[in-house]
Amino acid sequence: MLKREEVKHVAKLARIELSEKEIQKMQKELAKILDYVEQLKEVDIENLEPTTHSTLIKNVFRKDTPLIYQESEKLIEVAPQKEERFIKTKPVLK
Amino acid sequence: MEILNLSIKEIHKGLIEKKFSAKEVVEVFLERIERQNSKLNAFLEVFSKEAKEEAEKIDKAILSGEKISLLGGIPCAIKDNILVKGKRCTAGSKILENYIATYDATVVKKLKKEGAIILGKTNMDEFAMGSSGEHSAFGETKNPNNLEYVPGGSSSGSAAAVSAKMCVFALGSDTGGSVRQPASFCGIVGLKPTYGAVSRFGLIAMASSLDQIGLFARNVEDTEIVFLAIKGKDKRDATSWEKEEEKEIPPTKMRIGIPRECFGQGIQKEVIEGFKEAVFLLEKEKIQIEEIEIPSLQYGVACYYIVMPSEVSSNLARYDGIKYGKSREEAENLMELYCKTRAEFLGEEVKRRIMLGTYCLSAGYYEAYYLRAQKVRTKIANDFKETFQKVDLILTSTSPTLSFKFKEKLEDPLSMYMADYLTVPVNLAGLPAISLPFKEINNLPFGVQAIAPPFCEKKLFNFGKFFEKLC
Repeated sequence: MLKREEVKHVAKLARIELSEKEIQKMQKELAKILDYVEQLKEVDIENLEPTTHSTLIKNVFRKDTPLIYQESEKLIEVAPQKEERFIKTKPVLK
Repeated sequence: MEILNLSIKEIHKGLIEKKFSAKEVVEVFLERIERQNSKLNAFLEVFSKEAKEEAEKIDKAILSGEKISLLGGIPCAIKDNILVKGKRCTAGSKILENYIATYDATVVKKLKKEGAIILGKTNMDEFAMGSSGEHSAFGETKNPNNLEYVPGGSSSGSAAAVSAKMCVFALGSDTGGSVRQPASFCGIVGLKPTYGAVSRFGLIAMASSLDQIGLFARNVEDTEIVFLAIKGKDKRDATSWEKEEEKEIPPTKMRIGIPRECFGQGIQKEVIEGFKEAVFLLEKEKIQIEEIEIPSLQYGVACYYIVMPSEVSSNLARYDGIKYGKSREEAENLMELYCKTRAEFLGEEVKRRIMLGTYCLSAGYYEAYYLRAQKVRTKIANDFKETFQKVDLILTSTSPTLSFKFKEKLEDPLSMYMADYLTVPVNLAGLPAISLPFKEINNLPFGVQAIAPPFCEKKLFNFGKFFEKLC
């Protein structure tokens, strides 16, 4: 079982509000999955580099040329709250 | 001649010989959708009007003597996490219920250019997270072969649509088996290309180091035709890549490796029996079979369930109720807006994976979980590389179990995750793999998976065509 406080802390980091019932469920379920992945400790990882991408491509460069996106109005249109051509949100600074 | 049963080349031939028109073809499939979809729930949206208009354009081109491509007039379906301009793209989630795509994914653009006809968008587990199709916010998809059983996931709707002949082929996405496993459960062919072989521009991201667009068809020839049409480097996806395959080997000369792990713990008895039968068939054809051992395979699921949720937690941070999608606008402040929006509009499995990933990446746990998993991932990739020194292809059953009943695994996430046992190692190593339908066991389809070295899709197709003749 994960501690209640631990689940609440992670939920805050993840920006998800959890109900009391969900917290209790997560305590159990996350612990069960974390128990399962414990078996990775059996693997000898000495001298192994971490894999971030399963491709041999290293850096892919391109020229940084600005392009005009024709559909920018539509991008704004899909925002839940807007004012003129601005996407609106709650105050960031108080 | 039943149009529904024709292959891509057969439809193409019928069109250019004017045996039937593209409009007739589209109407046959639309009618099929009309009759089947209410019970299967494979399509979330059908574009009848546009599909007929596009078909008319193909017919005009044929009449005026223009050459049409193989995919011209071929009806297809697109998983609802791939953008089609001007159409809703929900990824099976409430949070994107009202989201309209402002551009075409590169794969969609390519298909449209070839003249393929998009009939609609298909149902899926929310944000491609699930192995049963039960995690869609818009209801579960049924398995056309047996309505009480799951079609597999997460590309549940695409698999069911192809299996039920509601389209000729369908695009899906495969992060840990989401094309191959439902292909196996629905009795069709499913391809997961090499990581980077097909552009992902316009695919809603789940776990970026693993995601790959793949496809479903009813035979290997069709699969190959579609793959050739959608593959290639794309300047809009920096991870996309093109590479010539080294050399072609006729299937009869291939050395096939069978991992001992396919007969071990966690594999259903019926699946072991079925798989043995497939191997026996190949032996009878004098194909060289070698028993191999890939010990790190057994760590695939554990490794995957750290790497994937970690990337999920980061990728899904964009659903914040501000830029697009649903929002709880009445929140008091920004923090509350985020937390309430995500609480209300994300589903249970998605929340679970975001939580798991956030935990693994949080201060103090990063090295113990994420970094260790990334190193185990290197081990798995190395083991595959070594194995391919000895064999040309690796053959396994696609899934450790046959399809299961609805709700059977819903309350036990870990048992659902084990459905990915034989497919996730392939994504971790970035390899191409194909699921080929083999036979039915207890009236449930069962498929085998062939795995090849990077960019050796041709090997999979050649083997697949040979194998499907034996079945």
